[in-house]
This record gives sequence, C-alpha cells and structure tokens, in this order.
Amino acid sequence: MATESAAMFDTDELVLNMGPQHPSTHGVLRLVLRLDGERVKDVDVVMGYVHRGIEKLSENRDWTQIILLTDRMDYVAAATNNLGYCETVEKLMEVEVPRRARYIRTILAELQRIASHCLWLGTHAMDIGAMTVFLYAFRERELILDLFEEYCGARLTYNSMRIGGLPLDLPSGWDAKVRAFCDIMDSKVEEYEELLTNNRIWLQRTRGIGVISGPDATALGLCGPPLRGSGVYRDVRKDEPYAAYDEFEFDVPLGTRGDTYDRYLIRLEEFRQSIRIIRQAVDGLPEGPIMGKVPRLLKPKAGETYHAIESPKGELGYFIASDGRSTNPYRFRVRPPSFCNLQGLRPLVIGHLVADVVALIGTLDVVLGEVDR
Amino acid sequence: MIDTVFWPLVKIVVLLNAVMVSVTFMTLLERKVIAWAQSRLGPMRVGPYGVLQAIADPIKLILKEDITPAKADKVMFTLAPIMSLVPAFVVFAVIPFGADPFYYVADINVGLLFIVSVTSIGVYGIILAGWASNSKYPLLASLRASAQLISYEIAVTMTLVSLILTAGTLSMVGIVEAQQEAGVWFGFIQPVAFVLVLIGGLAETNRAPFDMPEAEQELTGGFHTEYSGMRFALFFLAEYANMIVISAVIVVLFWGGWLRPFPSVDALAVLDYIPQWCWFFFKMFMVLYLFIWIRATLPRYRYDQLMRIGWKVLIPIAIANVVITAVVKVLL
Amino acid sequence: MAETIAFYTLSVLILGLAVLVVTAKNTVHSVVSLVMTFLCVAALYVVLEAEFLAVIQILVYAGGIVVLYLFVVMLVNVGRPPEEHRDPRRLSVLGLGLAGAMLLEVAGIVAYSYSRSTSSVTAPAGPSPVQGNTEELGWLLYTDYLIPFELASVLLLVAMVGAIVLARRDL
Repeated sequence: MATESAAMFDTDELVLNMGPQHPSTHGVLRLVLRLDGERVKDVDVVMGYVHRGIEKLSENRDWTQIILLTDRMDYVAAATNNLGYCETVEKLMEVEVPRRARYIRTILAELQRIASHCLWLGTHAMDIGAMTVFLYAFRERELILDLFEEYCGARLTYNSMRIGGLPLDLPSGWDAKVRAFCDIMDSKVEEYEELLTNNRIWLQRTRGIGVISGPDATALGLCGPPLRGSGVYRDVRKDEPYAAYDEFEFDVPLGTRGDTYDRYLIRLEEFRQSIRIIRQAVDGLPEGPIMGKVPRLLKPKAGETYHAIESPKGELGYFIASDGRSTNPYRFRVRPPSFCNLQGLRPLVIGHLVADVVALIGTLDVVLGEVDR
Repeated sequence: MIDTVFWPLVKIVVLLNAVMVSVTFMTLLERKVIAWAQSRLGPMRVGPYGVLQAIADPIKLILKEDITPAKADKVMFTLAPIMSLVPAFVVFAVIPFGADPFYYVADINVGLLFIVSVTSIGVYGIILAGWASNSKYPLLASLRASAQLISYEIAVTMTLVSLILTAGTLSMVGIVEAQQEAGVWFGFIQPVAFVLVLIGGLAETNRAPFDMPEAEQELTGGFHTEYSGMRFALFFLAEYANMIVISAVIVVLFWGGWLRPFPSVDALAVLDYIPQWCWFFFKMFMVLYLFIWIRATLPRYRYDQLMRIGWKVLIPIAIANVVITAVVKVLL
Repeated sequence: MAETIAFYTLSVLILGLAVLVVTAKNTVHSVVSLVMTFLCVAALYVVLEAEFLAVIQILVYAGGIVVLYLFVVMLVNVGRPPEEHRDPRRLSVLGLGLAGAMLLEVAGIVAYSYSRSTSSVTAPAGPSPVQGNTEELGWLLYTDYLIPFELASVLLLVAMVGAIVLARRDL
C-alpha cells in the first residue's frame, strides 16, 4: 500500500533557472535549481558572466596600472582591493610604508568595510522582503561615498592607493567629518538592529537557515563572516596584522550556530568594531610623509610572494611573481573571498526552499565582479 | 422602475468610477507613504508633489504593448486578470458608507457572507494567471496563492463567525446598527478577532508580509511575471481594490462603520456635524495606512511558515474565539 | 415572468457548462467550467430566494473546493494522454445499470412528491420563531434536522481522518 501510493504520488522535479537575470542573484550569478515542490534538491552554480580576465590582463600592465584594475574586482570595496595589491607589491619590493600612510589606509579600509556591509545589509534585507532597511543602509553608504569623493574624487572605483603609500594627503577637516560620520553610524546601527534583530519574521527567516559547522566551513574554504559565523576564529587583521591594525584595539565577533542569523549578527558587530578602529585611527593619526621611498620605475627583483588582507567579504589574497626583468608581473593571481564563499552556496542551499535560496545568496555576500574577475 | 433599476444603476456607475479613481490614488499614497518611511520623497515630478503620478501611471500602462507569450494558454491568459478584478469590484455593492440607503447599493441579509464568498473567487485570477503563463515562476506563484488562500480563508471565516455571534446579524448595515445599539465599536469587544481579520486580510490580498505569490525577490513578480500593459494594470487594480474592500470591511465590522467615536455618549453629539461618510472614509484611510506601514516595515514570511501560522496558530485561535464568544453570549 | 426567463437562461448555462466540464480536453479548462457551473447554480439559488444557500455554494464549492481541484490539476502532468480502459464493455454495462438506477430514483422522487402534493416538508414541529432565510435554515437544522446534521458532520470528520490516513505514509 505504502509503496503503491508512493508511486502514485511521484512527482517530476522542476528545473528552475534562476538568473543570470534575476533580482536576487546580486549581479549575474546563475543558479540551476532542481526543485521538488519548492524544496531545493540540487543546485548548479554557474558563474563567469562578468569574466574580464583581470589576472591575465595584469600580467601585461605596469605595476602601477594594476591598482586601477583591482578597483574593478570587488567594486563595492575598491579601496580594500587597492590596499591588498599595494601591500603585496610592497612586501615583494620590501618597501617601508610611512606610519601616517598606514593609518590613513586603515581608515579607508574600515570605511570601505562599513560601506560594503551597508550594501550587504541592504540587499540581504531586501531579498528577505524588508525593503526599508535597503534604503536606510544606502543612505549611510552615501555618506561614506561622500567622504571618499572628498578624499580621492571618485565614488566607486577609487584608485586611492599607491605602491609605497598614498597619492594624496587628507583634505583639511576630513578627520572631523569622519568623526561625525562615526557618531551618525553608531546610532544608525542601532536603527538597523531595531528593525531586524528581534523582528520575529526576520528571526524565522534567518535562524536555522543555512547552518554550516566550523569544520565544514573550514573544509570548504569559506572565509570572513561566513567562517566566523560558524565559530572559527580567523581574521587576517588579528592573525597576520597589516597596515596599522596591530596598533588598534578591536574584537572579532564569533558566531555559535553558524546560521544566517549569526552571520547577520557578526556583520552588524563588525560595523561597530570598524567604527571603533576608525575612531582610534583618527584620534592617533601621526604626522609625517605619506609616501615611502619608491623608485620611479618599479622593477621588483625576481621572486614571488603571497599576501592576504581581511576584505569585508573575507580573506583577500594576492599572489604575485616577478621575473625581475620586466616592468610587469610575471604571474598575477587573486584569491577572491567571494569566489571561495560562493563554493559554500551549494551545500547551504540543498534542502531549503526557494525563498531561502535568495536569503543564502545574500548571507554569503558575494560580489560577482570579484568571483569572475 | 426608477427605484429598482435606475437609482441602483446610477449608484453602481458612480461607485465603480470612484473605486477606480481611488485605486489609482491609492498607489500614489502607497508610494508616498513608503517613501517617507524610507526617508525619501517618492514621486515628485508629475504635477505638484507628484499628485498627477496617479494619472500618469494608468496612461502609461494603457499605452504599453500588451504581450501574450507565444506558449501561453490564450483564453485563460486573457480571462485571468478579469477574473481577479471583477470580484473585487462586485463586493462594493454591499458596503454601506452611511446609514441612509442613499449611501449603499444594496443591503442584503447575508452581506458579510457575500463579501467572504465573492472575495474568495478572486484568487482564481491569480491561480489561472500563473498557470496560463506557461512559465515556471508564475506556476510556483499560483501554487503558493492557492495554498495561501485556502488556509487563510478558513481562519477569517471562523473569526467572522464570532463577530456574527456578537452582532446577531449578517447584514453589513445591521452590524453597524448593532454597534450603535451596543454603544461601543466591536473592535473593543473583539480585539482578537480584529487582529485575526487584519492578518487574514493581509494574507488574502497578498500584501506584505504575506506577498508570497508576488515576491519579486524570489519569483520575480510571481503570477504577473509574464503580464504587461493593461492586463498587468488590471491585476494591480484588483490588488488595490481588494485592499480597499478589506479595509472597508474592517471598518464596518470593528470600527463602527459610519458611526462617530463613542456613539452612545450624547456629550459628543457635536461630532455628528461631521457627515457619516467622512467618518467612514477617515477610518478606512487609517486602516489603509496601517497596511502600507506594515509593508514598509516587515520582511516577508516564507511560504511554509505562512501556512504553519495559518493552520496552527490562526485557526485554533479563531475557533477558541468563537467558543468563548458563544459561551459569553449565552451567559449574559 | 422575469423569474422564468432567469430560470431557463441559468439552466441552459448550467447544462452547457456542465457538458464543457466533461468534454474539455484540457483539465484546467474543465475545472474552470466547473467553477462557472457552480456560480450559475448559486445564481439559481438567488432566483429561488435562497440567498444563504447561494452564498454558501460560492464560498464552499467555487471558492474552496475547486481551488483545491485546481491545485492538484496543476501539479499533475496534464500533457499525458488518458489511459485506455482494459475492458470497456464491462464498464459500459455497469454504467448503464447505474444510469438506470438513477433514472428510477428520480422517477420515484417525482412520483412521491406528486402523491403528497401539498407542502409537508416545510412544516416544522412548531411555528418557526424566527424570520429570514438564514435564521430559518439555522432553526430547521438545529431542531427538526438535528440528527441528520450531526451525522453529516461526523461523516465529514470520518472523511477527513480517512484522507489524512491515506495521504500520510508514516502513520
């Protein structure tokens, strides 16, 4: 009887092509979902729609020209990309960066982290249906874009760093504006929390959704908030301090359950920690030059190096090899956090409903420009 | 002949046009209110403060090309928007905007049930639209819509039973009159029922946080993904007309219809100088505002969570409410 | 006069739509015709001044049950051609028998109602203390027809339990 009725009620699986043109795939991600009703049985993650060959392109560009290309990878956190690249080359060339430049770089990177998290929060909440948070988060992101505009003239692709330091010193009064922004942002994070953190619908939509254990997350190569959400302590800023992070006090929030809600809480806490770092950096900003001693023609000696920083999305690493003869890298390779985090999508999604798929894409916070490069 | 045919027809024509116009301005109101909630301005370009946007939108939609997908079921594809719109408009026949017969088209003795049954027909529009589009997202949406409707209709109807027990009549006019006699709006006697009907109403009109059949972030617009131009506009019209219906029903059932506040307190008789329909529309506006406010604030439920709430929370509460109301009614 | 016109128009509509229900190739079309049939039947009730029944007809059948039909029909693969019967002759004999029985029953009812020409059905135990269609129906259901009413509800409960038992595999 049981088997007979099982055969009677057997259903075909529905193959649903989500994306690359879909409002919630954050760009041009394509998911081929195999559905049983609304439950996802399997998913193929297809990417590569914005592949521009940045890595190969970089091998034919001047060392300074590449900074501009890195802007185009994680375009919502361009300054962080600049920072990672410049530091890698500096490590390769053993250039000493002045302390003031390192402080300013830290401020820029943390502002960028807040901006990137704002975008994440907005789109993530929007995917789950809370559209007001989207506009609130973008309102605050706008303030950061204004700060960047005042600093380097650009609002999205900053090209804001140079190998050996910075192209520009801070405009006068900029630090006061950053302080004012920190005060605003503090109260705004409270506002986001009021709207979401204890909202029953938000809890039901995020708690227990996309649970991944710490060992699994490590095995998948997840990084950044998705890894810390599973309770794994890994933050490049603490483990291998770069820029001026070793001089500041900040905490690394960790999750316990490894679900979407934990990842949400972690990113919200990172807002506060970033504000804390920015305040310390602005208060203790040293005087001095902003460029180190760098030759006019960059030609690192033969060798290779890998250097990673903590981008808003996770561990952003650059591998660069130089043959010591030409004025461009011999090999240029990026370890993009979005790409590694995207690998976690399939195990997270299987067994959940279509509505959760969009929440899970959001919680991994991938930027397709960085995934595809 | 004049009394039975002419006047009702005039009223129907006036009412239909009024509903159409109020629906277009309803969209403007929603955009404005949500914009203010989100610290932006909303439509500002067409006319002063964007008020003419409400007229520009329908014109744009009428002028747009009306596309029928090649593999769609043509008959059903055309029929679906009509099927969702007609019930929404029919319901207005029994809604009393004032005590005088001049303010309503008909007062039938099963008015409340009439509303419940006719609105339940409206879901066919959504289901058939999803099926006829012959496309996957709309199909998922129509499955969601049918499941959602069934579960919430039961809860709402059960809740209405307790209200009928309180009022002792099914007629919409009678319910308001019962509130006048009781001297208190039923919203204060039956607060639980009000909350249930509000939630059920949100779910039945596919409003946030229960807008799963639309869910633009998941199903890219849901049942109307394949619709464009005027047919899309008809769905839109139906959704907003349904919102107005639900708010009117809530006002009649719980907030005293056309009655002024404290209908039994003579000291406030000065409030009677404000016409009854003004009270009605003011209350309706408040309920509509609440709908929009909820949409601006809350995230969306997931489909299975919505079903769970419907079956495991709302229906038991509704049944308990009926039992308690009946017991109290017998004891008093 | 108007009533007669309405009655015949509705009857034609009902019959026509009912034929569509069984002849439509597409299952969804057939279900939609069924909805229309129910709506017309409701209209017929209105003509008979049984507003309550009309409204309940729409609410329960058109608005509830058929939505479930549609739900199921959309889930099933409609592209599949209907399976052929193995022994059409035996089924046609059975069908003929059933149709004959039905005809006999209808004839019996007609004969019975003619023999008791005056209204004996509508005479309740006492004079109905309530007015209005809905109230009277409720009064009848809870006085004269209390036992059939309760039996019907038990029957529905049994059907519900049965459906759950059949559908759940892990019971």
